[in-house]
Amino acid sequence: MSSIPEASPPLWLLAELTYRCPLQCPYCSNPVEMAAAGEELDTEDWLRVLRQARGLGAAQLGFSGGEPLVRQDLEVLVAEASTLGFYSNLITSGVGLTGDRVRSLREAGLDHIQVSFQSSEPEVSALLSGSPKAFAHKLEMAQAVKAAGYPMVLNFVLHRHNIDQTEQILQLAHELGADYVELANTQYHGWALLNREQLMPTREQLQRAEQVTNAWREAHPDGMRIYFVVPDYFEDRPKPCMNGWAQMFLAVTPDGVALPCHSARNLPLEFPNVQQQDLESIWRHSDAFNAYRGFDWMREPCRSCPEKERDFGGCRCQAFALTGDAAQADPVCTKSNQRSLVDAALGAASAQESGAPGLRYRTLQASKDILARQV
Amino acid sequence: MDKGSIPRIHRHFRLQWEEAQGCHVLLYPEGMVKLNDSAALILGCVDGVRSVADIIAELTSRFPDVDGIASDIEEFMAAASTRRWLEFD
Repeated sequence: MSSIPEASPPLWLLAELTYRCPLQCPYCSNPVEMAAAGEELDTEDWLRVLRQARGLGAAQLGFSGGEPLVRQDLEVLVAEASTLGFYSNLITSGVGLTGDRVRSLREAGLDHIQVSFQSSEPEVSALLSGSPKAFAHKLEMAQAVKAAGYPMVLNFVLHRHNIDQTEQILQLAHELGADYVELANTQYHGWALLNREQLMPTREQLQRAEQVTNAWREAHPDGMRIYFVVPDYFEDRPKPCMNGWAQMFLAVTPDGVALPCHSARNLPLEFPNVQQQDLESIWRHSDAFNAYRGFDWMREPCRSCPEKERDFGGCRCQAFALTGDAAQADPVCTKSNQRSLVDAALGAASAQESGAPGLRYRTLQASKDILARQV
Repeated sequence: MDKGSIPRIHRHFRLQWEEAQGCHVLLYPEGMVKLNDSAALILGCVDGVRSVADIIAELTSRFPDVDGIASDIEEFMAAASTRRWLEFD
């Protein structure tokens, strides 16, 4: 008998409205195969998804992408989210944002705008985003967000090309008046995995960044909140990814695929589509959402591990990406007999020449080229 | 704590009842705090008009049998202020 536990309500709905994006960040978590995605959901589809997710109990809503601002119906979706009682978060590069749109989204009921930065320096920002003008615009938009009364949350994705600027990044965030700063070390999924060797910092870089962050916190006890997301390759135990498979997080892709994690799209499972099935049956009853729920799916070393209720065996997407089998322990764990895959990746990255990025940028054309080679 | 000061829910938090959680919650950027009944009761009195003393007086009259309610409320408000759930005028 299967003993898959009764599904708890999802707390989060991540609405990935589009894969379109004016930037080309090589650490993007979107799937490399994004060019093969179907057509984007229309406004009615998204309104239905919002209502169904709220009915299931989701309270936090992220509008993400790609760049969600390219959707012309964003204000309509925000207004519905507000009516439904969601706490709504717009996760944006800031490109395409204007002072007027910051205010109109506020009037529609948006609760929070998170602006992502590539760097504290315009040159590095241009190198990573592919846009020489983006940095100045982001600064302007961060200020507009603050002025409109939103909490200011700035997100910096860290990797070897900007992690040594952690102090300058914190200084910039402080000067902008940020309420929260996320120093999010790159997680290696999607485009980031493709660029792993070029993005992975060294252990020494990481340690310095942590020291700088801790020193900043001590010096500014009443200052902005800083979230430092560690790069799990450097840890001995895996992260409790998503608090367990299909426990609290539900993502819907631009073309309607429902996922228990935004990186799960290329796992060899039949993920349901919101155009064919309602979210309640997807969340509670679909094979894909039940595949790794609870603990019954686990093998050793997870099955008998006393830590399994803390980390849930780590990340299924990472297990699949690195070992080819999503039911393996996350190879970050030193109890995994495949930890050598992670150590080899760290070794390959530290052997890379610094200063010569050779990054592969996230573009539709690059995605098409990759797909053509897969056929 | 100055009992004459007037607390407000911090502008970056939102207090609401969540049916699926079976409790009141505070929502903030990308996060949620579940509240126990006493916390929800105290925060429910916070309206940006009443002072700490007003709220203590009201809850004391509603729950006359609860020992030490005044100091409990004050302690909670101090903790909630540290966590930035509350701001004071």
